[in-house]
Amino acid sequence: MVVNCEQVWHEVSDYLDGEVGVELRAAMDEHLRACKGCSSLLAGMRNVVSLYGDERMVEAPLGFSYRLQRRLEENSHPTRRTFFGWAVAAAATVLVAGSFEAARSYGLGRTPRSAHAQAGNHVPPDLMVLVYPEGKTFHAAGCPFILDKKNLRPVAAQEAQREGYVPCVRCMKQYLS
Amino acid sequence: MPESATPLGHPARQTSEAELVRRVRDGEHDLFYELIRPYERRVYSAAFAILRNTADAEDAAQEAILKAFKHIRQFREEARFSTWLIQIAVNEARMRRRKDHADLMEPIADRPDESGVYTPRDFADWREIPSEALERKEIREKLAEALASLGEIYREVFVLRDMQHLSIEETAETLEISTASAKTRLLRARLMLRDLLAPGLGGPWMSRLSFEKGAKPW
Ligand SMILES: [Zn+2]
Ligand SMILES: [Zn+2]
Repeated sequence: MVVNCEQVWHEVSDYLDGEVGVELRAAMDEHLRACKGCSSLLAGMRNVVSLYGDERMVEAPLGFSYRLQRRLEENSHPTRRTFFGWAVAAAATVLVAGSFEAARSYGLGRTPRSAHAQAGNHVPPDLMVLVYPEGKTFHAAGCPFILDKKNLRPVAAQEAQREGYVPCVRCMKQYLS
Repeated sequence: MPESATPLGHPARQTSEAELVRRVRDGEHDLFYELIRPYERRVYSAAFAILRNTADAEDAAQEAILKAFKHIRQFREEARFSTWLIQIAVNEARMRRRKDHADLMEPIADRPDESGVYTPRDFADWREIPSEALERKEIREKLAEALASLGEIYREVFVLRDMQHLSIEETAETLEISTASAKTRLLRARLMLRDLLAPGLGGPWMSRLSFEKGAKPW
């Protein structure tokens, strides 16, 4: 069997996955040894597959695991929610990641402590949020509107507001009315 | 290539995973996170590849994982748990995308054109991108950008097969297409990405990087 370039282009993906028959594979090997163009094509494709297949290409946003665990917690133990959430809010100072549920139960029916709180702003004062030096807003972890991920600093919402930061309209939406 | 590094038949992992599934099913709900933890980032990235937006992807990923929890009884033990989970995530993300774009026409780039003849671009000098380059955020972002520019029918197949390491049959099944069609789309996706990432052609960024020269010019 002899194959030409076009046949190689057509089969190169299956070849890479080891999904071509013995005879075709031998013919392709033969062609690839002689043809610079096709061997370069194969090298490029192999490179693409190994790069994208790398574990490092699989990323999730900051705080993803944390928020997921909270959500699972709510769903598997609905009755424990308030207590658990509250405990987390009290204990976690660095594990910022939108402890929304915690914050909500804490903030409900309470007057915000900060005298500077804006009207319609019900962000719980103890909610841990993220700020960065050049920003004007504070965020929950993982908010897509965080522009400077390198210089993030966790801080209580109350403190952030005292420093002049205002809540992000996107990730803090549930606390704004 | 994580999946090939951990062969399917790895006994320790399979046993403990099957054990976890059984215990969750029997009411030990606290163990569910333990079960999905090795795959949570993959679930997110599968959703992201389809929705191409971090907030939507996180939402879809969470929802998919909750659905897996609620429907754990439907999981068949002979299947791979990770595959089952990824399939749920893909369905969730596709459902959301359909809702968002219900009124839009399918972009031209997404229309199946699987019979067309492909001619590879002619490269002056193809350079291998070493995997260490993935340590650099800018490289990962460029790769993600190239992937995001593919038509969705190609992107989906590529993501499931080459990033999530599903088999070609599982990929086809998840997307409800034939195996032949999945293979054709995969070929196209890989070729397009290779073209996009080649130096000087759609990827001028590459020429700034000093990688060793790989294969010789055409
Ligand atoms: Zn050739
Ligand atoms: Zn925000």
